[in-house]
Amino acid sequence: MSDQITNILLVGVGGQGILLASEILSETFMLAGFDVKKSEIHGMSQRGGSVVSHVRYGREVFSPIVPEGEGDILFGFELMETCRALPLLKKGGKVVANDLRIPPPSVLMGQETYPDGLADRIRSQFPDLLLVDGQHLAMEAGNPRVANTVLLGAVSKRIDIAETYWLSALEKLVPKKALEVNRKAFMLGRDL
Amino acid sequence: MQEIFSGNEAIARGAHEAGVRVASAYPGTPSTEILENIIQYKEIDASWAPNEKVALEVGIGASFGGGRALVAMKHVGVNVAADPLFTLSYTGVNGGLLLVVADDPEMHSSQNEQDSRNYAKFAKVPMLEPADSRECKEFTRLAFELSERYDTPVMLRSTTRISHGKSIVELKEPVTGLPAPKLVRNAAKLVMLPGNAKVRHPLVEERMAKLSRDGAALPFNRLELRDTRMGVITSGVCYQYVREVLPGASTLKLGMVHPLPHDLIREFAAKVDRLYVVEELDPFIEEQIKAMGIAVTGKEILPICGELTPGRIRKAFGLPSAETSAMEKLPGRPPNMCPGCPHRGVFFALNQLKAYVTGDIGCYTLGFLPPLSAMDTCICMGASIGNATGVVKVVGEEERKKVVAVIGDSTFLHTGINGLMDMVYNNAPATVVILDNRITAMTGRQENPASGFTLMDEPAQRIDFPLLCKALGVKHIRVVNPLDLEETRRVLQEEMERPEPSVIITDKPCVLIKREGVFTKGPVYQVNAEQCTGCRACLKIGCPAIEWQPGEGKKGKAFIDPLLCTGCDVCRQLCKFDAIGRSK
Ligand SMILES: Cc1ncc(C[n+]2csc(CCOP(=O)(O)OP(=O)(O)O)c2C)c(N)n1
Repeated sequence: MSDQITNILLVGVGGQGILLASEILSETFMLAGFDVKKSEIHGMSQRGGSVVSHVRYGREVFSPIVPEGEGDILFGFELMETCRALPLLKKGGKVVANDLRIPPPSVLMGQETYPDGLADRIRSQFPDLLLVDGQHLAMEAGNPRVANTVLLGAVSKRIDIAETYWLSALEKLVPKKALEVNRKAFMLGRDL
Repeated sequence: MQEIFSGNEAIARGAHEAGVRVASAYPGTPSTEILENIIQYKEIDASWAPNEKVALEVGIGASFGGGRALVAMKHVGVNVAADPLFTLSYTGVNGGLLLVVADDPEMHSSQNEQDSRNYAKFAKVPMLEPADSRECKEFTRLAFELSERYDTPVMLRSTTRISHGKSIVELKEPVTGLPAPKLVRNAAKLVMLPGNAKVRHPLVEERMAKLSRDGAALPFNRLELRDTRMGVITSGVCYQYVREVLPGASTLKLGMVHPLPHDLIREFAAKVDRLYVVEELDPFIEEQIKAMGIAVTGKEILPICGELTPGRIRKAFGLPSAETSAMEKLPGRPPNMCPGCPHRGVFFALNQLKAYVTGDIGCYTLGFLPPLSAMDTCICMGASIGNATGVVKVVGEEERKKVVAVIGDSTFLHTGINGLMDMVYNNAPATVVILDNRITAMTGRQENPASGFTLMDEPAQRIDFPLLCKALGVKHIRVVNPLDLEETRRVLQEEMERPEPSVIITDKPCVLIKREGVFTKGPVYQVNAEQCTGCRACLKIGCPAIEWQPGEGKKGKAFIDPLLCTGCDVCRQLCKFDAIGRSK
C-alpha cells in the first residue's frame, strides 16, 4: 500500500441522506483493509442548511477533515451545493453530481433566482464531471428514494476498490427490506 | 473486532467496557449521541436530566453509592453544572465518575466557543483529551480507574471534530469484578461544611501535584521524537492536523491536558531547538509553559478564534497551501424551520405585533431569520424570561407592552422555570410564551419531562404546564393553537396589554416526532393558479414548501410542493383570495 491518501467530499442539503452515504463509503474502505477517517457537522445543518461530509482513506490517515484544495472526488447531492464546494477540490479532481436543484429560502421567497448553467460552470473548471439523473434512475431501480445509492454506484466506479467490499458495506448498513432495491440502484450507477 | 465509530459512539462503548452503572446527561450538540448510544448497553441506567446540574448531581449520587457514573454535556452545560462540580472536586468519589464535555470550536451549533479546559484548572480536576475514536474509547475506560485511584472526578474533553468524526475502534470485553454498590457513610468526606472542606482542600492540592508528577508514567501523554529542530506540543484533533501538516516535526502529544506533566514538558523542550504549542481556542497549555520559564511560540502565529484546520496551521507556519478554484457567488442556504413547524405562526404574529422578543435557545431561535425576523435577544438557555423581567423594569409603560419572552418546553424546564418564579414573585408585567412542541427538537428530538417518555423509551409522568404555571402563581394562563393565526395573534395582543405577568402555552407537536399518535400529517394544500394574484402574502411565513414561481413575462405565482406540505393550514389563512385549499 502506498502512503497516498484519497480524499472524498460529500455535499448537499440537510435531510438528503448524506450521512448514510458517507457511512457506506467509510465501511467499504475499512472492509478493504484501509485506515479511514470521516467528519461532518450535525446540528443546525439538519434544518435544511448546507452539509459537507469528509471521508479519507489510505494506509494511515491523520486529519479527519480534508485540507482545503486537496479533495480528489466531489460527490454532490445537489447542484448549487456541488458548486459551492468546488474550492475544496484539487486541480483535476473528479466530480459526480446529482442533477437536482433544491431552491434555498431566498429563491423560494422570490428574492433571488436559482443560478443557471451550474453544470457548465462546474465543467469549465473540472472537466471530469459526471452529471447523474439520480431521481430518474432511482425510479428505474424501483424506488424514487434510492437516488443516493445510484450516485454512490457512480462514485464507486471512480475509486479503485473491488465491488465485493461495496456490496458488503451496503448489506451491513442498508435495512434488510430495502437491500435489494439499493443493490439494483448501486449497480445502475456503477454501469453509467 | 473492529468498528467505525464516531467519538461519541466510542465514548458510549468505553462506558460499557468500564462497567458504568449510571449515565445521565442533558442533550447538547456535539455531545448528544453519547447517551443516545449508551442505551444499547442494557446494564447501564441511562436518563435525560432536565438540565446539566441535575445530570451531574445524579452522577455524583451514583458514585457515592459505589457505582461508576458517566455524565455528558456540551461545553456551555458545564456553566450550569459548575456548582456541584467545584465541590465534588473536594469530596472526591466512591465509584469512578467521568464528566464528558464536548466543546464546539468554530460554533458550528453553539452560542459561544468557551474552552472547557479552563474549568478543569479552575475546579482542580484532571482532564483527558482524546485525539480520535480509538482514544475516546480507551480514555473513557481508563478514566474510571484514574478517578478511583486518585479519588477525583475526571473530565474528558471532546470537540466537534472528535465527537462527530469517525475512525476505527477495536472492541474489548467489559471489565469484571467491580465491587457491588452499597451505602457507605463517610460524613467527613462527603458533607462539605467549612470544617470538613478545610480538611479536603489541601488533599485536592496534593492530588493535583501528584497527577502532574505522574504525568510521564500515566498512559495518556506520549513523546514522539522525529526531527528535533522543531518540537510541537499538542493535543486532541490538533495532533492529527500537526502530523498531517508537519510530518517531520517531533511531538509531545498530551492526552491529559490538566494537570500538565511538567517533567515531560521540560524533557521535550530540552530536546528540540524550537518549541511550539498548537492548540485550539485559548492559550491554555502555552501560558502554563511560559509560566515554567520555557520559551514557546503559539498564539503569536495561530488564531484564538475558531477551530484550527490543516489549512490554518499551514498558513501559520508559512507553508504553501494547495491551489483552490475560485469561490462561486451563490445564494446562501441557511437552516430554516420545517414545513408545518408549530413555531412559525407564533413568530409571524409577534412580527405583526412588533413585539420586542427576548429569545431563548432551540429550533424557535430560527424565528430570528427573515422573513419572520421576530427575535431581539438570545443569551443562553432559560435567559428569555429573566431578560424580559429586566427589560420591563426599565422601559416606560407603552414600551413594556411590547415585551414578550419566548421559550421552548425543554428550555423552560431546563432553567426557565426559575425566571418565571422571579417574574411572578416580583410582579414584572411581561408576557411569556412557552412553545410546547412536546420534544427537545433542536438537538434531534430527545424526550424531556413534558414529552411523556424517557430516554429508555418508557412511558413517564408528563408535566402539566398550565398547572405548573398556576402553582408558580401565574394568574393569566392561556393555551393556544399556534396553527390558528387569528387566535394566536388575538391572545398575544390581549396578554401583552395586560399589566401583569401572563403565560401563553402553545399546544402543537413538532412535525418530526415519529411516535404514533403525536403528530399526524393533514391533507396537503395546493395553489389554485387561476385565483392566485401573485400578491406574495403566503411567502411571508418562509415555509420551505411554498415556492415563488416567476411568470414568463406574466405575473408570478406561488406553488406548494406536495411532497413537503404537512397540511398545517397556516398559508391558507394568509391568502386573501381563497387561492389556497386542500388538494382534491
Ligand atoms: C446549557 C445548554 N445546554 C444545552 C444546550 C443545547 N440546546 C440548544 S437548544 C436545546 C433544546 C431546545 O429544546 P426546546 O426548548 O424544547 O425547543 P425546540 O428546539 O423543541 O423548539 C438544547 C438542548 C445549550 N445551548 N445550552
